[in-house]
Amino acid sequence: MTHPFADLGVEAARLPGRLAAWHAPVAPGALRAAAEKARAQKGRLVALWASDETTRGAGYAVHVALALRGGLLWLTAALERAHPRYPGIADIFPAASRMQRAAYDLVGVHAEGGADHRKWLRHGTWPGGAFPLRKDFDAASRFDPAADHYPFVRVEGEGVHEIPVGPVHAGTIEPGHFRFSIVGEEILRLEERLGYKHKGIEKRFEQLAPEEGARLAGRVSGDSTVAYAWAYSMALEAAAGVEPPRRASTLRGILLELERVANHLGDLGYLGNDVALAFGFFQFWRLKEKLLRLNAELFGHRYLMDVIVPGGVARDLGREPGERLLRSLGDIGAEVATLRSIYDEHAGAQDRFILTGQVVPELAERLGLTGLAGRASGQAHDLRVDAPVPPYDELQVNKAGHTRGDVAARASVRFDELAESLRLIAALVHRLPAGELRVAVPTPVAGARGCGWMEGWRGDVFVALEAGEAGTLHRVHPHDPSWRNWPLLERAVLGSIVPDFPLINKSFNLSYSGADL
Amino acid sequence: MYQLLRQIARTGIVTEPAPQADESLRQIEQRLSEAVLKHFGRSLAIRHVDAGSCNGCELEIHAANGPHYNLERLGVRFVASPRHADLLLVTGPVSRHMETALRRTYDATPEPKLVVAIGDCGCTGGIFGESYASCGRVANVIPVDVAVPGCPPTPVAIMQGILTAATSRS
Repeated sequence: MTHPFADLGVEAARLPGRLAAWHAPVAPGALRAAAEKARAQKGRLVALWASDETTRGAGYAVHVALALRGGLLWLTAALERAHPRYPGIADIFPAASRMQRAAYDLVGVHAEGGADHRKWLRHGTWPGGAFPLRKDFDAASRFDPAADHYPFVRVEGEGVHEIPVGPVHAGTIEPGHFRFSIVGEEILRLEERLGYKHKGIEKRFEQLAPEEGARLAGRVSGDSTVAYAWAYSMALEAAAGVEPPRRASTLRGILLELERVANHLGDLGYLGNDVALAFGFFQFWRLKEKLLRLNAELFGHRYLMDVIVPGGVARDLGREPGERLLRSLGDIGAEVATLRSIYDEHAGAQDRFILTGQVVPELAERLGLTGLAGRASGQAHDLRVDAPVPPYDELQVNKAGHTRGDVAARASVRFDELAESLRLIAALVHRLPAGELRVAVPTPVAGARGCGWMEGWRGDVFVALEAGEAGTLHRVHPHDPSWRNWPLLERAVLGSIVPDFPLINKSFNLSYSGADL
Repeated sequence: MYQLLRQIARTGIVTEPAPQADESLRQIEQRLSEAVLKHFGRSLAIRHVDAGSCNGCELEIHAANGPHYNLERLGVRFVASPRHADLLLVTGPVSRHMETALRRTYDATPEPKLVVAIGDCGCTGGIFGESYASCGRVANVIPVDVAVPGCPPTPVAIMQGILTAATSRS
């Protein structure tokens, strides 16, 4: 069979569904060669995870999802049962490092080679020899909590000291620990310690029926509920061999763009707030509130949770409400244009934004910065253009972009994408086809695979799904773009002063919940 | 600057009337005396603790501080340290990794203090439930005065929860 990845030395089979996605088995010994060839072709790492295959008469497996020119390639390497190990790829794709550490913490598969073998998602809750995603691990297991010893890298030198921040932060944000090594006010090193929100999401999927999984997927990262519900539904629909009706796909597109608009409005408000321009916070949050109320009125939920369901959508949009939506969005668009010129001309705000928290394109490319932060650093990837599924296959989406990679660039990309999303929503409402909202999704057969991949507001959200026996989920791995972007935040702050950290952090606005699982 | 001032003038005041307390949200009898509540009611300091949420509840807490709800006008203020707080606003199922941090935050909050659990997960553990990684509802870890259901609860519901905690039953 011909496929676009023959030069990677793998035999790939097309996965069902409209997404250009392929699956290939690979020998553990050939994993590095495939990764190196993918890297040489400017391919990018999307996700790395592991699974327990012992209930299927095998050992374990490590999975790697790569973004390549031909689409998404999902590689699976079967690992032996006694000592599951594989050659690590973190030197080829640096973002793999934390994923490999998490795969060990959860499934007990060991990445050989590489420098960093510290635990990542495991703190003191379960002991080192226990692996929660193994099939013989009881989800209700309790262990005596142990102290969490984590060897942070220490910076030594005259006048160097540390500021430990979190997990409980000073503002209304998610928990995580940041260890700053500073001299004077200048940041010499930032080391993140995440995993505080690990709440067993992947294990939980295995207790749910496939249809119920969509609700859980929509709560992996609440601010991206639409993107996750869509990616999960796409994966399940592919595994079950069905496609949503065209009307449902078009409505999904409207919902995803509404989510992008709402989050960009909120972030632009907070970027103003973090440079003491409270005016910006109140103006943008006024507009965001207007949109959230409209969401609730038209779709029954302010954040559009559970509107995308496997097989289609749960809510329709009639002609009159659709026109009302467009009128309100038109008002919001006009106000945002005014606010953009106020931000652009505000010397104080621009002084804080420009050249703050910079990630230059070369670094972004090397470390794999993705999503809107990637586009602000010259990484012109957007799945709505690069791997379009309906309704994006019929739209010409304009990619936003910038090359300076600073806070100002990330604000600029948000402004551009916000305007583009408003344009796309209008186009989608106008072309909303007649037809069904939902098709029945049969139970996927045991062993069936599917994946979903969708450009959420933060970046590409990926879901890999494998069906189990008797209508169960064998393995679901939801993957947040934050996995790949958190390490870049550590680099973006170098040389900045500590008081700029909240601003830089907010300009990335990464998900803790999405990457802690 | 002219454009900025013009925008402020054009916008006007969008803040809406505040909701009332809702006794149905109360989990346990009011523990604080009238005298304490009288002071709290005029200047209540809140420390928010995300103990493992999906971050949906945080979006609505932010919204409650936005111009339509303007929580601060009621004398309710978010503070940066539990040592300055009268009330803990806790979201999420409590992840086991956050259990110690939540207990320490509670212990660091001076008496008298109140706890409001936010969201379906804070009230019951929600879709995540109890597991090797999740302690479930907030009340499994620290005493909860008022619990506000919803996924996520609206800003009005969150404000009602806070107001209920800081008022007496009568």
